[in-house]
Formats: sequence, C-alpha cells, structure tokens
Amino acid sequence: MSNHNTNISKGVDWSLIWIYIILITIGLVSIFAVQYRDTQNISNVLLTGSQDYGKQLRWIAICAVIAIFILLTDSKFFTATANIAYGAGILMLLLVFPFHASVKGTNSIIRLGGFQLQPAELCKVFTLLALAKFLSRADVDFTKPRNHLIAAGITLLPAIITVAQSETGLALVYFSLFLAMYREGLPDSYLVIGFSTAALVIATLLVDKNVLAIIIASIGLLSIFLLQKKGRRNKSLVPTILLFTVISIVIQRVAVPFLFKNVLKSYQVERIYSALGVDNPYAKPLTEEELAATKKVKTKKSDDKDSYNVKQSKIAIGSGGFLGKGFLNNTQTRFDFVPEQHTDFIFCSVAEGFGFIGSFILLALYLTLLWRITVVAERQRSTFSRVYAYGVAAIIFFHIFINLAMTMGLAPVIGIPLPYLSYGGTSLITFTILLFILIKLDADKQMVLR
Amino acid sequence: MSVFNQSRSTIIRLIFLACFLLLAFRLFQFQIIQQDYSRLADDNAYYKKVVWPNRGLILDRKGVAMVNNIAVYDLMVTPSATKGMDKVAFCKIVQMDTAEFNQKLVDIIKYKGRTISSVFLPLITYSIQSKLDEKMYDFPGFDLVQRSERTYPFNVGGNVFGYINEADTGMIRRSNYLKSGDITGINGLENSYDRVLRGERGIEIFVRDSKQKIIGKYEDGKYDTLPEAGRNLKTSLDAKLQQLAEKLMGGKLGAAVAIDPKTGGILAMASGPGYDPNLLSGISKNKNIGNLLTDVTKPAFNFAIQGTYPPGSTFKPLGGLVALDEGIMTPSSGVGCGGGYNSCGKHVACHGGGHAGNLRNAMAASCNSYFITAFRKALDNPAYGSTQLGYQKWTEYMADFGLGHKLGIDIPREKRGNIPDTAFLAKSIGSHNWNSCALMTMGIGQDRMLTTPLQIANAMCIIANRGYYYIPHFVDSIDGETKQDTMLQRYRIKHVSKQHIPDSSYDAIFDGMEDVVNNGTARRWRIPGISVCGKTGTSENYFRGRKQEEHSVFACFAPKDNPKICVAVLVQNAGQGAQFAAPIATLMIEQYLNDSLPKKRQTVVEQFASKKILPPYLKLEKWEQDSARAYDKFEDTGDSTYIRIYLPPPPPPPVNKDSLAKLEKVKLEKAKQEEEKKKGKLAPKNDGNKEAKTKLPKPDADRPKKKDSLPKRTK
Repeated sequence: MSNHNTNISKGVDWSLIWIYIILITIGLVSIFAVQYRDTQNISNVLLTGSQDYGKQLRWIAICAVIAIFILLTDSKFFTATANIAYGAGILMLLLVFPFHASVKGTNSIIRLGGFQLQPAELCKVFTLLALAKFLSRADVDFTKPRNHLIAAGITLLPAIITVAQSETGLALVYFSLFLAMYREGLPDSYLVIGFSTAALVIATLLVDKNVLAIIIASIGLLSIFLLQKKGRRNKSLVPTILLFTVISIVIQRVAVPFLFKNVLKSYQVERIYSALGVDNPYAKPLTEEELAATKKVKTKKSDDKDSYNVKQSKIAIGSGGFLGKGFLNNTQTRFDFVPEQHTDFIFCSVAEGFGFIGSFILLALYLTLLWRITVVAERQRSTFSRVYAYGVAAIIFFHIFINLAMTMGLAPVIGIPLPYLSYGGTSLITFTILLFILIKLDADKQMVLR
Repeated sequence: MSVFNQSRSTIIRLIFLACFLLLAFRLFQFQIIQQDYSRLADDNAYYKKVVWPNRGLILDRKGVAMVNNIAVYDLMVTPSATKGMDKVAFCKIVQMDTAEFNQKLVDIIKYKGRTISSVFLPLITYSIQSKLDEKMYDFPGFDLVQRSERTYPFNVGGNVFGYINEADTGMIRRSNYLKSGDITGINGLENSYDRVLRGERGIEIFVRDSKQKIIGKYEDGKYDTLPEAGRNLKTSLDAKLQQLAEKLMGGKLGAAVAIDPKTGGILAMASGPGYDPNLLSGISKNKNIGNLLTDVTKPAFNFAIQGTYPPGSTFKPLGGLVALDEGIMTPSSGVGCGGGYNSCGKHVACHGGGHAGNLRNAMAASCNSYFITAFRKALDNPAYGSTQLGYQKWTEYMADFGLGHKLGIDIPREKRGNIPDTAFLAKSIGSHNWNSCALMTMGIGQDRMLTTPLQIANAMCIIANRGYYYIPHFVDSIDGETKQDTMLQRYRIKHVSKQHIPDSSYDAIFDGMEDVVNNGTARRWRIPGISVCGKTGTSENYFRGRKQEEHSVFACFAPKDNPKICVAVLVQNAGQGAQFAAPIATLMIEQYLNDSLPKKRQTVVEQFASKKILPPYLKLEKWEQDSARAYDKFEDTGDSTYIRIYLPPPPPPPVNKDSLAKLEKVKLEKAKQEEEKKKGKLAPKNDGNKEAKTKLPKPDADRPKKKDSLPKRTK
C-alpha cells in the first residue's frame, strides 16, 4: 500500500461520520430509556452487559473497530473481492438451512459460539458490492435488457433464499437496489410496470374482484379507443394493450389469490390487511369457541382493526404530543406496552419521550444522511463507487421508511430494524460496514476503480 | 465516467423527500392533531386506586351512635404470587377442602386475572381473621384488607336509616358523582343525606406494566388525593323510644310516629312489623334484602310514610277546629243524637252513644252525629254560597293542617295521602249533585280521605302548637355544617296556619281531647301524673272490596299545658282505637317524658309486644305470591314439583261471618267444577299413556285451565 493510506482521516467525509455517531448515540439512549429501572446500577450493567443497552454499547465498540479496519483497508480490496464476497454470502445463506437456530419463529439465524448471526442481514452488503461490480464492468452496457436481467438476478437471488427462511421483510430490502439501477439508466418503463403491478396488487386487496375486472377491462378498451389513430400506424399497439389487460386480470383473479393462499404465511396476510385497514378474507373460519373468545376480546378492544403491536405503538407515538413526556418518563415504552420496543419499534421510545420535536429532528437527521450520501455519490468518478453509494442510500432509505411507516400503522408489520437505532448486533454491524465502505470509497475517489 | 442520467439523482432525492414528508405528516397527525392517545397511554400505565373514606355516623338526640361503622376484613389473593404457599394449612384455617380452594383460584384467574389482587373470601369471620393474622407470612399472595361495614347497636331503625349498597348502573347514570364501585345509600336517611355521609373519595395513583403488575406509586404519591371522611348526622331520634316503639309494633302491621311539636324533630318512627337493620349489613345482605322485599308483611315498607289510611275519628279534633273557626258552632253548642246520625237517609252509628251536649262531651265520646253535623254545616256554610265552594274552603283548611300533600320529610318515598279536590269529586259524584250528604262520612275521617300516620302526628303538632308546625324531620344538624348544606333549611322554617284560628277554639279542643283520655274512649290508658290529650280512631277499611277488621288509631300529645311530644299510632286490623293504638301511644309518651317505664308498665309492654295481629288476607296474598312464583318456575323449567303444592284451591281468608259463608259457597262450586274438568280431561289421557308418572295435566294441554285456577299474579 502507498504512503497516503497511513493517515486514515485523509479525504474522509466527516459529516457522514458525525451523523453516524449522533444516530448511534440516539439509539443507545433510546434503548436505555426503555430498559433502565431505578434498581439498576448503570456502571455495573455497562460492565457486565446484563441489559440490552449494555450489550448495545459492546456492539458499538465492535463497530468502531470494524470501521477503523475498513478505513485502513485499501479501497481496491472491495472491488477485487466483491464477487467472492457475494459467493460467500450466498453460501452462508444456504448454510443457514441445515444449521439454523430457531429464534422467534424465523429460520434465518446461525449460532456461532455465543453469537447469533443473521446472514440475510450481512448479505445485503455483499449483494450491493456484487451489483456495483457488475454495473461498473467496462463491457456492460446497461441499456441492454440482457444486462438488466443479470443485474436483477444478482439482486433477487439472495432475496429468494431469504424468503425461504421466512424473512419476507429482509427479502423486500433487496428490491430497494432497483433504485440504484434506476440511477444507472434502468428504463422508466420498468418502474412504471413495477409501480402499476404494485398498485394492481393493492387494488386487488381493496376492491371487489368482479368490479376490479370490469374496471381493468374498461381501461383497456378505453385506451384502445383513444389510441385508435396511433394503432393504425403501429400495428402491435392494440395487441400489446390487450395483452396487458389480460395479464392484469390474470394477476388480479389468479396470481394474487394464489400468492395469499399458498405462498405467504397467514400472519403475514393478516398484517398486510391490517395495514390496509381491511378485513382479511383469507382468514380461516373460526370455530365456535374461538368466535366466543374473539367476541369477549372485541367488546374490550372496540372496533379497530389494528393488531396489538400497532395499536400500542400508535398510542406511544401519539401520547408523546408536541414536546414529549421527557427522558425516562415514557410510560408506554418503559412498561412493556409496546412489543419489540427496543428493536423494531425503537422509534416509539423517541417519539414518546421527545414528542413531535424530537421525532422531527430524527427524521431531519435521517434525511440529511440520505441527502449527503447522494451528494457523495454524485461526486464519485467511478461507476462502482456511485452504484455502491446509491445502493447504500436505497437500503437505508427503505429500512427507515418501512420501519417508521410500520410503527405508524402505514405499512404491514414486517420485522426490519431502524438503521443505527434498533438494538441488535448484526444490523448495527451491517449498517456500519455499509456506510464505512462508502466513506472509504469516497476517501479514495481520486483513484480509478474498475 | 458516466455523467448521463444525472437528472435521475434529482428524482431519487425527490422520492426521499416525498416519503419523509409523508412520515412527518403522519407524525403531525398523531402527535399534534389527535389528542386521545395520551389518555389511552395513561389508561395503560396508571392505575388509579380509589380510597373510600369512612361513612359518617348517624347519632340520636343524645349523641349516641345509632348507625355505626365496624371494621371487617376481606381476604384478597394475587394468584401469581401464591407459589410455594402451605395450601393444606391454609385450607384448614379457612375451612374449605383443597379441591374447592383450587377451583376458586382457577375461577379468579379466569375472571379477574393472574396478577391482580381480587377478593378470595369476603367478610371473613373474626376467628378466621385472628388465625390468619398469625400465619400470614406462610401464605404469600394472600392479604387481609380492611374495610368498613354498617352496624346498628340498637338493632332498630331499619326503615328510617335505610341501608347502603354498591351503586348499580342506573344510579351511576343518573348521578353526576357516583362511579362504579361506590357505596351509596339505597333508602332512608342513608339515601337522602348520602352527599353528607359519603365524604369524598381519595385517589392513589400507581404505575403498572403491560401485565397489570403494580410497579410503584406514581411520583411517590405527589398527585394522590386523601379521602375526606363523611360527616355525622345528629338526629332528633330518641334511641330508647325508638326501641320501645319498634318492640311494640312487632308482629303487627302499622306505624307509630312521635314528633317533638316544638321543633318538628321526629323522636321515633316505627313501622310494623319492621326488621333488624343488622340483617342488611354483612355477608348475607343481598339474600336478606330479597327476603324482606318478598315478605307479604312488608317489613321493608315504611307504613309511617308510605301507608295511607282513613284517619277515622282521630280526624275529629280537626273537624271541630274548622267548625269553631267558621263560627258555625261554639264549644257549647250541642246536637241531638239518638245513637247515630240519620239525617241523610243513612244510619251512621255512634260508638259510644249520644253524648252530644257540647263539643267537649262529643269529643270524649267520639260522637259521629256531632261531627257529621259540624262537617255538613261547614260545607253548606251560607257564607260561601254553595256546597262546592264550602267544600273548597274546607280543603284549604285541610291543606293547612298538612293533609293531602307530602309533608316533605327527609327520607324518600313519602306518600301524599288523599283529600279529594272539588274537580275529583265533581267527577265521582256528578257536578250537579253537590250535596253535603253524599260526602258526610268524610266528616268523621272515613270515605275517600286518606292520611299517613306521619300526617296524623303532624296534625297533632299543629293542634298542640295552636296553629303552627315545622316539617317533620329526623336530622337536627350536620357535623361541620356549612352554608352549602342547604338541605336542612326547610326544616327550620315555621309554618304558621293561614287560617289564624283563635286560641279559644284550641282551648275547647284541648279540653275535649283531655277528656278522651281522662274519662272518654281511652280512659283505660290514663297515665297518672301526665295530662295527655288524645283522640281514638277506628278506621274502616276494605281488602278487594271486602270489609276487614277496623284499624286501631290513636293520636295524642302531652303534656297538655306544654306539649313536648305528639304521637300517632295506627295498628292495622286491630279493632277500636282504645284497644291497641292507645296503649302503645301512651306507653311511648310515658317512656319519653319520664325516660323510663315503671315495672308495672313494663309488663304491659311485654303483653302488647308479644301480641301478633296480622290481617287474615296476608295468608291469601302469600298463597298468591308463592303460587305465582311456582307457576313462573313451572313455565320456565317445566319443573312441576313446586306448582303441585298449590294445586288444591286456596284456603279462604277467614273474614267477617257473612262474607265467609259466601266464600264457602264459591269455594265449593269451584272445587266441583275443577273436579269435573279433571275427570273429563284426564281420564282418556291416562289410558293412552301408561308412562304418565304424574297425575298432573300436561302443560300444553292444560295451560289455559291452569291460568284460570291460579290467581292472577299481583305485582
């Protein structure tokens, strides 16, 4: 390695590092606010790590070491090992199947000694590296559909394996990488088709199937009628429209019911409907005993369709008010009313304790981070770095948005953590690696990477 | 170096911004616009424990507690904490077997929850409590919680004090103070002075977690409010007199009321047969309430204010006053009386024979003829032009005497009695038919005139005070009375008669009433050393159109020159006024004025207290009530065991001789019909159905007939 690598701070983007440190601190304080009790001796807990905020502090220390390691590594190492890392990642994912430890209903965790490792989390980094490597190859022309397919394959392979491990939430994260591909010139039509498919699926869940079929058919006929003149010039237009209409109806009448009945688990279906605010038509008919039980519960819990998690989470956020209840005065999150309050629902702790002001500042901080990453991305000279940077932004954005939307009842409850805040070693390390590789690449942006 | 597609970076940033704005908007919606989330969070985390204060006591005129509080203990359990307790020892102390214990615990977990403290055994006895107290540390999760119950040291006053119970949903809805779990007065003084007696709830705020486990006090109790004890009521009741009155009224229907005429304070109010108020406190409270309410002798019915009766001859002093005041008679004017009143083509017999030479004699002998004449003269008084207007004037007198309207006593459910107004009479006797003859028996307190015993006692107060009264009431003062306690104000207003009857008229009435006791109808019950002015009454009454034995009524005040006590006693279906009511009233007067009774009189007390006089129709009512209930049970369950008892025709109520004979006939006829019906209907059925175990008719086939044979339910 050359001389200028001895000073690791050279060329490093300090604003990113500061935001990172602030976010990590907020996370630690929030976990502390959830778990601290008057009876605990703080220094003792920090030393022994008997509470989660003690453990989180240890993870932060580990992350610091990893970050320094990454900053000391030559950035060419990442381009060179991207494909190998991807292969290793896929292998690790596959190894989960024979060796997984059953924790909280997922099959995605391996136990190594005292550690629990979730390869699906780490694999995001490797996949992103591999994607960046592929797109930055000189012989790849990203206007060709063949290369689109390869890129999609690289991205979706780990996603498919993750779905098989019942981690639908983590699998969905890989779709965010399409945002990076979009920056690299993925045609608009893909996004249009993607969005309209998503809209179609949601519409299927919300609208009566026959009504929807009539609506789709009339949209098809209407567009043929309106595009009559164009259709005379372009012979393939009318058949294409007809094809899309038929595909839409097939998706709506066959594919979605199939997906909901056979692929997704019943609790996932339940959560999706819960987020949409509709009754679940795929629910199994209840036995009489269960019916009597739900009647009892229903009289208690009135008529809302939210699950317990979302309801308590909404109460926690809402009860924070404008200024919040103050540090350590958060009743919802301190007394275990919100489940998973130190991991996936950590935002409740912030929102309850510090109110709208605190939550808004946190949102602003996240937005600044994303903004800064895009700025950093645009100043990269190598395609690899730019694709990687946009990938990082996309992954972080997806986590933040889905997690917060989930705590506020806008999105179904899928178990994905809030970056840098949620308790959990693997997720913290993953996001640290993601960000610091970017910082390292940015520091070395003068070098030509291929 | 691909610089192309740079516009897309803007698009990506816009997507970020849009999504974050959406989140911020949602946050704004939750945290600033919607307000109920913080209440929901507080409901989750704060447990507000209500601390109830001790209820105020009710004291008698000497300051002795007639209604007191005692500490009782509930055994509470927190099921989640009972691990490792000595079950066998525990079950031995509380006297239940382990299976029962386990079942009880399971039920509590099922209905109340595992981590909440709930009642395991309510109101445990003193012996169990002392044994448990010693070994409490052996039984983790169990706890003795003290609370207070009412106790009545004199065992009297159930109908005066009422009782307390947990407020039901209806009361909570109607009241703007009561909340679920509050104890409130259901009847009597407990009800009307609930606001004073209950005090103010205190609140302790605890913090709890999602499993409902109490973590500790919120902010070390900074926001707790202390309960404020209820205030005591000082009543005008005389505990000993009340005891005597209830003793004498035992086993009889009716009421005895004693009032201090100078203040309107009630000295005693007994309603027969009455009940021991301690029944309505403690563990079998609700069962006893049920028993009292279904008992046909109506022990929980306060006859003194809820029973309305014709006052009978006790009305005569008032009739005399009206006649004297209108100037149609003088104390010395006389009426010819040949053993009854015959002028209106109808014979109204006199009880004592004709001593109608003057008012004094007429009063002493209770001459019907004299007072009917006086009444008719008042109605036909030429000064008012017509009988109708004369009657109207007369009703004004009655209103002045406190009759025909609620007096406004400080316990609920008072009846107003009845003095028919002109509009009502015009309907019932015909407006062209105004004629004092048609109304004449009202002049001797019969007919449509109805009064409560309290009204009679109050009328005595007006006579004794020579023209004024205070509204009869129990409560003299409230501990720590403030200006906000307005409920006592109306009992301190002197109600002066609007008619301003001169003292000379009263003197004549006083003399006549004194003679009643000295040498008149009640001469047997003269009290040596006390000059009692009284008037006997014998009030005619009917049950379902059949004449029953008369009510025995007596109204009096004493001493004559400075009246200190007015008494009205009514014993249902006990005959003439001098037979029962007069001795009870005079015993009460003697007890109150001398504060004790000589031994000779004690034996009289025992003699009258032991006498049971229950009207014969109660048997019929009981039979009707029980059979109706059996019929309901049969309709609900098809269980015929209860209804069988009631299948034979009812025992006829032994009434007066002539009506008895009639009834016998009817009964025989009915029995015959019944038998014929049974034979005609049942014979073929039994043939067809060998398995008919009972000879009872099948419910479906027989329903209409059964309804005929059973008396209609009376509610």
